[in-house]
Amino acid sequence: MGVHVQTTINGDAVEFACGVDESLLDVLRNRVGLTGAKEGCGTGDCGACSVILDGRLVCSCLVLGAEMNGKSVETIEGMADGNVLHPLQQHFIDGAALQCGVCTPGFLMAAQALLRKNPDPTEEEIRFGLAGNLCRCTGYDKIVRAVQAAAKEMRG
Amino acid sequence: MALSHIIHLWGALRPFADGAPTISVSASTIRELFRILTEKYPGMEPHIKRGVAVSINGQIYRDQWDTPLPQGAEIYLLQRIPGG
Amino acid sequence: MSLDSHSSDPMNPGLVERKFKVIGSRVARPDGVDKVTGRARFGADASAPGQLVGLVLRSPHAHAQIVKIDTKAAEKLPGVKAVITSVDLPDYTNGDRSMLDILENCMARKKALYDGHAVAAVAAIDAATARKALALINVTYKILPHVTDVDEALKHTAPIIHDHIFTEGTPQKSEMPSNQNKHASYGHGDVEQGLKEADVVISRSFKTEQTHQGYIEPHSCLASVSPDGAAEMWVCTQGHFVYRNQCAILLGLDANKLRVTSSEIGGGFGGKTHIWAEPLALALSRKANRPVKLTMSREEVFRCTGPTSSTSIDVKLGVKKDGTITAAFAELRYHGGAFPSTWAELGAQTAFACYDLKNVQTISKDVVVNRPKTAAYRAPSAPMAAFAVENAMDEAAKAIGMDPLDFRIKNAAKEGTKSSYGPVYGPIGIGPTLMAAKNHPHMKAPLGKNQGRGVACGFWFNFGGQTCVDVNITPDGNVTIAQGTIDVGGSRASIAMAVAEELGVTYDHVRSTIADTSSLGHNDMTDGSRGTFSTSMAAIFATRNAITVLRNRAAKTWEINVDDVEWKDGSAHPIGKGHGNLAPLSLKDLAAGAGNTGGPIAGHAEITADNAGVSFGTHIADVETDPETGRSLIKRYTVIQDAGKAMHPSYVEGQYQGGAVQGIGWALNEEYVYGKDGRLQNAAFLDYRIPVCSDLPFIDTQILEIPNPNHPYGVRGVGETSIVPPLAAVSIAVTNSTGVRQTHIPMSPPRVLKSIQDAKAK
Ligand code: FES
Ligand code: FES
Repeated sequence: MGVHVQTTINGDAVEFACGVDESLLDVLRNRVGLTGAKEGCGTGDCGACSVILDGRLVCSCLVLGAEMNGKSVETIEGMADGNVLHPLQQHFIDGAALQCGVCTPGFLMAAQALLRKNPDPTEEEIRFGLAGNLCRCTGYDKIVRAVQAAAKEMRG
Repeated sequence: MALSHIIHLWGALRPFADGAPTISVSASTIRELFRILTEKYPGMEPHIKRGVAVSINGQIYRDQWDTPLPQGAEIYLLQRIPGG
Repeated sequence: MSLDSHSSDPMNPGLVERKFKVIGSRVARPDGVDKVTGRARFGADASAPGQLVGLVLRSPHAHAQIVKIDTKAAEKLPGVKAVITSVDLPDYTNGDRSMLDILENCMARKKALYDGHAVAAVAAIDAATARKALALINVTYKILPHVTDVDEALKHTAPIIHDHIFTEGTPQKSEMPSNQNKHASYGHGDVEQGLKEADVVISRSFKTEQTHQGYIEPHSCLASVSPDGAAEMWVCTQGHFVYRNQCAILLGLDANKLRVTSSEIGGGFGGKTHIWAEPLALALSRKANRPVKLTMSREEVFRCTGPTSSTSIDVKLGVKKDGTITAAFAELRYHGGAFPSTWAELGAQTAFACYDLKNVQTISKDVVVNRPKTAAYRAPSAPMAAFAVENAMDEAAKAIGMDPLDFRIKNAAKEGTKSSYGPVYGPIGIGPTLMAAKNHPHMKAPLGKNQGRGVACGFWFNFGGQTCVDVNITPDGNVTIAQGTIDVGGSRASIAMAVAEELGVTYDHVRSTIADTSSLGHNDMTDGSRGTFSTSMAAIFATRNAITVLRNRAAKTWEINVDDVEWKDGSAHPIGKGHGNLAPLSLKDLAAGAGNTGGPIAGHAEITADNAGVSFGTHIADVETDPETGRSLIKRYTVIQDAGKAMHPSYVEGQYQGGAVQGIGWALNEEYVYGKDGRLQNAAFLDYRIPVCSDLPFIDTQILEIPNPNHPYGVRGVGETSIVPPLAAVSIAVTNSTGVRQTHIPMSPPRVLKSIQDAKAK
């Protein structure tokens, strides 16, 4: 009954079988063993499940796993370079941009996608770029500041 | 000899003391106070079991029943306060 | 910095003035890397060999008799390993009505009491099979009339939800069952007389709608019960010890056999202080004899967990032209959902707590309605009361032509004030936060077109509670801490900082983890802003006890009297005559030699951290309202609050900002919408709109540090107070931006628009 899928996740070739109605989020969490993407809603409203699919930020709860053949998926688990954290990751820690941290993987993926498109965003551009992600703990203040600091560092 | 204290009751406890807002009890600690209250006013026992906070001179105690009741202290019984 | 043998009791909480080395710095948290790399494990991130998927069937009706539940077809479906109903959860509560209420909320017994109330649950080999099984369960309901509004529920004509509830606390014993479970009254003086003395009397009614804590992580647990009665549970919770205790009672298990491990928690704010589906997962696992993972959907989170009360509040104030408040009165009606509660009473206690009042009275009515059982939400009950009272204060000040902030400063409670809830205050911080607001540059900033500014203050009790901590010195001279209070927002860092400070070592030598329920004594929940306050206190005492051991070990090593050993800057030093040539022994030296001086080195402390000290905050909000659409945007926001001593300033600021933004969401958007059928209409983040990044500006914070005399470092709880003033501050700002007093929260665009149109029509 399952669909057989060959895909690339964080640069690695990955094969899995899944049901036709299974979301990419379910596949990542239950079949591939990558639980960094979180399910906050399952309806595309919270961004906790954000991943980058062929260079585009998506809610993995809204994408079907069966459609991943030949695609390339980036998740939070692939963000650091070996044991060196990405500047966004480092600035989230240094700037206390997480409290409970359940939204953090989604915010980091969204911020990554934003900075690739726009390395020097204004505060407003950051706020709109991250508006698809919900955080209930921080009030977003320190998240925006951490993205600003990381963007500055990445521009060198 | 335990000292006599004026104990202020919050609304829910007053019916057990014939509606009185305060009662006079001789007790030297919160534990002794609760023991005497349950003896004299058995209706208060379920409340004390559920949890009663004691304000001693404005400081609120919920659990530390060894806390002494100093002479002349202002003592209030309050409902136990939950948090989020 | 030194603690020698001549100092007093090591478990004395009394504040000693000191210079800090570690406390007050902004160190990296121990769980930071795991949380930015996706490695941290939250509730739904664990699995066990052979685990089943648990799902819950919920009532679609607001109020209905459960006539019959037929589970046969579901049980026969291949892959289904257990189906349970209330029959599988017999009543072990032994006459404890509040535990029975918890049980009944977890699984409906004779009646479904709200839309979303659990009526049955299944465990199956996968989610698809479990879903099919739910569809095969046949429940016969007899629908009963329902009531979801707090004021409607108090009317004579309202359907009575529970026939065992009689109003408690009324002067006359009530003879008839009622939807009002409790009546209470607070205050002093003579309000009637005070109103007669007033030059101006303000009288207003207010309403607030029900909101949800809105944590991003849905509830999830993984339960495993063996036939011998031993059980394990992995769960996201604000208090794994309390979950352990309650689940053990409800399932008839011994508490020592149920080991609960807390996952990382993806937000709670009070909503994860209650058990919901955990007993169901345990009962399913017991029946199936396999591990069961039960994760709620977002819809379930909205329909059956956590919301706060909706409220209806009347306020009356009498004031003199010189700004004196002669009388203050409020009646507060809050609902607890389908079960008895004391939320209104808590509102009545906090309502006027910021003020010094000669004549004050509050009356509370706690009410049951056909809605999910309400849970604590950050300073529970206080934000709604503050909304009503602060608006009345604002209106009163304007009526006598006085600046509202000056009016508050004039009437603020101070040391020696008899509080509106009874006791006389010791030293308190409301005055300093109001003065800081008055002097804040924000107050002088100009406002643009359609903009308004609102200032409001708020109060919360804070508390301490039962806490224990183990501090262990590892053989290589580092330090591990086992704490039992859940870390909801970075407290592991603060606890490690306290131990490093006390021990005189650097932060990177100390690491704190959350122990499971079999590895440490009972700990209360992380609630009431107690986490960092009480755990740091226990950690400091545990460290002092470890230092006593360390000094003893040094004394043995040197073969001198322990009184001649002093602990300073992370090492034992000899003092007194004749020991001058002994080189200090570091933590590392003593740890290495521990095996020959008496074994492992550790310190423990078990405390009840009463006496947390009350907390106050003042907020300033600037709002711009579009007169065409009624939509309001926050343009600038400032939080001023006393932290006692900010252990880790970044996380204190984070608590201020997070609480303020939750309050802003409550003020402007968030509400539960119930249809006439008693069903929740908006159980999703799409329609229940919490603030997003683009709705907000930066949230400025000002931390005041007025030391708490009852904590060794002067720390106060900081987690909750920040949600108290925003409803009031934002609504006063919208009142000023629109020229129309806002009395109904949330101030959603249609509601604000209507208020403007109604005002024009008058
Ligand atoms: S889980 Fe995908 S957007 Fe919420
Ligand atoms: S840090 Fe908790 S939801 Fe963002």
